[in-house]
Amino acid sequence: MRGETRGRSSSSSDSRGGRGADKKDDKKRTLFRRRKVCKFCADKIDDINYKDVKLLGPFVPERGKILPRRISGTCATHQRKLQTAIKRARQLALIPYVTE
Amino acid sequence: MSQIRQYELIYIVASDATEQQITDLHTQVEEIAGRFSGKLDKTENWGRRKLAYEIGPHKEGTYVLEVISGSGELMKEIDRRLRVSDQVIRHLTVRVDEENRVIERARTERKEDSQRRRVARGLPPERQPGEGPQRNDDDDDRFGGEADDAI
Repeated sequence: MRGETRGRSSSSSDSRGGRGADKKDDKKRTLFRRRKVCKFCADKIDDINYKDVKLLGPFVPERGKILPRRISGTCATHQRKLQTAIKRARQLALIPYVTE
Repeated sequence: MSQIRQYELIYIVASDATEQQITDLHTQVEEIAGRFSGKLDKTENWGRRKLAYEIGPHKEGTYVLEVISGSGELMKEIDRRLRVSDQVIRHLTVRVDEENRVIERARTERKEDSQRRRVARGLPPERQPGEGPQRNDDDDDRFGGEADDAI
């Protein structure tokens, strides 16, 4: 879709192909924001356990709230598992509910 | 006849409890498990830990983990006992057998899959040391805790 519109707007660059320009664009974007990948998928962690405070730690910032998916990049399945694990860990006072 | 399931039980004992009281609690749990024809698979004492928040007057507690195979009635009885106990400030029971099975299946499936593909490519089934792409820290885009692009 994107390539099509690009090709129409500048027919002169058609011979070189729109791909080169696209690649450049991508590179520029990654400078601002790195691509987000689900940590649990990438590391192949199957078991998100409430006892593993070290694993959960990065997903519970200072304030004590659960880090949203849009920031951590966790996939839906793993965010759901993470959520139950964090809530269990909170009950056992391994992780705080809130920190002032 | 009730089904045999596996449960994880964690309880926090108040920090002013003596070693004797902690072992007493453990034997109590063991005794109830025996009475309901269940068994203890594993016991772990995590030792004294600081609590993430104060529970009543307590700032510290001794964590004990028990993995128990038994029926739901057994866990109900243990739950009731722990709730009555003065030394136990908090406890949590989680059923683990089903989750463990899912995790185990995912692991073996992944392993078999990779072995099959490696053999198809004419490689030995296990990954050799030093093989494969070496990770560069700059390419690593997994989340490590720093929210660098909070919106």
